[in-house]
Amino acid sequence: MTTLPLIRMVKLAVKNLSQYKLRAGLTMLGIIFGVCSVVAMLSVGEGANREIQEKIQRMGSNNILIKSVKVPKDETSTETSRSMIASYGLTYKDAQQFSQYIPNLKASTPMKVLRYDVQYKARKLQTDVIATTPWFLRVQHYRMMRGRFLTSSDMEFGSPVCVIGSRLARILFAGYDPIGKTLNIDHDAYTVVGIVGDIAQGELPPQGELWLEGENQNVYIPLRTYLNKRGDLFAQWSEGGGTFEKIELHELILTIDKQENVIRAVDTARRILRKNHKVEDYSIVVPFELIRQARETRRLFNIVLGSIAAISLIVGGIGIMNIMLATVSERTREIGIRRALGARRQDIVMQFLMETLILSLSGGMIGLVFGALIPLMITAVTGVQTVLTFSSFAIAFTVSVTVSVVFGIYPAHRAAQMDPIEALRHE
Amino acid sequence: MRVPIVELKGASKEYVNGSLRVTALREIDLQIFPGEYAVIMGASGSGKSTLLNLLGCLDHLSKGDYLLGGENISQFSDDQLSDIRSRRIGFIFQSYNLIPQLNVLENIEVPLFYQGVSEAEAAERAGALAERMGLADRLKHKPMELSGGQQQRVAIARSLVCDPILMLADEPTGNLDSKTGNEILELIDELNAEGKTIVMVTHDDDIAHRAQRVVCFRDGEIISNDWNGASAP
Ligand SMILES: Nc1ncnc2c1ncn2[C@@H]1O[C@H](COP(=O)(O)OP(=O)(O)OP(=O)(O)O)[C@@H](O)[C@H]1O
Ligand SMILES: [Mg+2]
Repeated sequence: MTTLPLIRMVKLAVKNLSQYKLRAGLTMLGIIFGVCSVVAMLSVGEGANREIQEKIQRMGSNNILIKSVKVPKDETSTETSRSMIASYGLTYKDAQQFSQYIPNLKASTPMKVLRYDVQYKARKLQTDVIATTPWFLRVQHYRMMRGRFLTSSDMEFGSPVCVIGSRLARILFAGYDPIGKTLNIDHDAYTVVGIVGDIAQGELPPQGELWLEGENQNVYIPLRTYLNKRGDLFAQWSEGGGTFEKIELHELILTIDKQENVIRAVDTARRILRKNHKVEDYSIVVPFELIRQARETRRLFNIVLGSIAAISLIVGGIGIMNIMLATVSERTREIGIRRALGARRQDIVMQFLMETLILSLSGGMIGLVFGALIPLMITAVTGVQTVLTFSSFAIAFTVSVTVSVVFGIYPAHRAAQMDPIEALRHE
Repeated sequence: MRVPIVELKGASKEYVNGSLRVTALREIDLQIFPGEYAVIMGASGSGKSTLLNLLGCLDHLSKGDYLLGGENISQFSDDQLSDIRSRRIGFIFQSYNLIPQLNVLENIEVPLFYQGVSEAEAAERAGALAERMGLADRLKHKPMELSGGQQQRVAIARSLVCDPILMLADEPTGNLDSKTGNEILELIDELNAEGKTIVMVTHDDDIAHRAQRVVCFRDGEIISNDWNGASAP
């Protein structure tokens, strides 16, 4: 069994297809749309996925984030509620117990997040002041742009120093070098020692999520310094008068050595918190869990997408089969002639299969081009992140070609099985 | 005695359509020798085309044996028969049977394509034959742009391109006026004079006189098998 040279089969197929340009074009449309939609959808999906993954990743997949949450008054039936001081949230005791009982704990980063007026000379604005420890920088993966971050000696001595977000630096200092300047935080003087980079770093719009919100406009000061100056009581003045809040820690970031230990650590932390707190005045966010959920969501998304893609490609394939059946019956006589002149059944199969293959290959190519252009356009117009991956090209392409060949085999087989004598008699 | 190119022994062909059985050929014995020009005659439905299709390896015998060039091909597979058709048989049809989307040259090349002859060689051989058939200035034309006589010349060129040992023609002049038909018949005479073995089906007695031999059919049986003036080889 020999097969005819491929190039000549291709030439023959192209020649035959060019007889029916309109028909060939319309048939290709099915494949074009199929491939195009698959590639476009995959890239939009992949873009959304990356965006979520990046955000979560930035929170640190080895971290456990615990945040104080204010509970409605009637639930906090402690004696402090009567004394106009709302006392809730994470305590130093919690933090101390975490350090003691959570195995594999690498670092514990406590944070107080307070809103204060921040002033440099005549410029003034209200922003979040975060009192924390030097570990903070490493846990949050921020980039230092100038100077240094808080150090352990800052902590030890309670030095009045601060590090400011790059955006705040721009707003307050407007061109001057902030390093070494004195910043007033609610009338306490702090010396600026460093500038910390944007979380966005040019990749994402600045409206980060969760507690990263507005980060680059923050002021970071040593926790020790703040405690020395202000203690744990925080007064907030509004038009009706003042409220006092006593919160020991607003947030706590627990860093675990390895990802596989995170879940166990969360359990321990939860047990400690349940024991120490009568009401649930805290919330736990586990980025690692979020990543897992995002992966699960993505898996589901892929299944849905895969089904849509499969359906659209099957529709395209049926279109091809339909047209090829019509073509075969129209060219019955040609098949008879070719058989009489020495074509074997396999030659006839190859002839029609090659036509199908060329239709679907060129349809696939055009589909890929449009499929790549559409996400670019979406990104250009809406700013939504899209990602073109090679695998989406490969998937769309191989699936479409496979489908076409599968649907092309039946018509080609039918052509080959015709009785040559009857085919020759066909009008 | 020479080895016959065609030898049918007790050849029968029966068509079965459900419960309906039609016997198109009944135990035919026939020999055709190299260089012969034989004409098959008979009423409509007598089995002439059936015989020609069998000789051309387009169909299998129901019973009996068929020896082509001394080789018994009765049990050959479909692929083997295809190969024989492309190498050893030249077909000429009443309705020309050219492929409409191919031009003259390409139509003549078709049998060579299935033999795997290179493009350059195929073009050369097809071109030479086209020239011989007086089609040199029509090579790039499609069949629809040609007259009936020209189309039949293309078909003859195509049947010759593989240098077959047996040429089969089923009423090749049936669709042509008598003048053009005559030209085609003269061409066939010429080929026979060059030594080609030809078997032709016709209804026309005048045409039959051109051949050395006339085989008459009735109801799937040979009723006469005469040599025109010549003696049996
Ligand atoms: N595929 C078929 N199925 C059933 N019967 C058939 C088939 N082909 C031919 N026959 C029958 O076989 C017989 C011989 O047919 P054939 O075509 O050989 O006749 P013919 O001599 O060529 O006639 P004509 O001169 O009209 O062409 C006829 O009775 C015909 O009806
Ligand atoms: Mg007939």
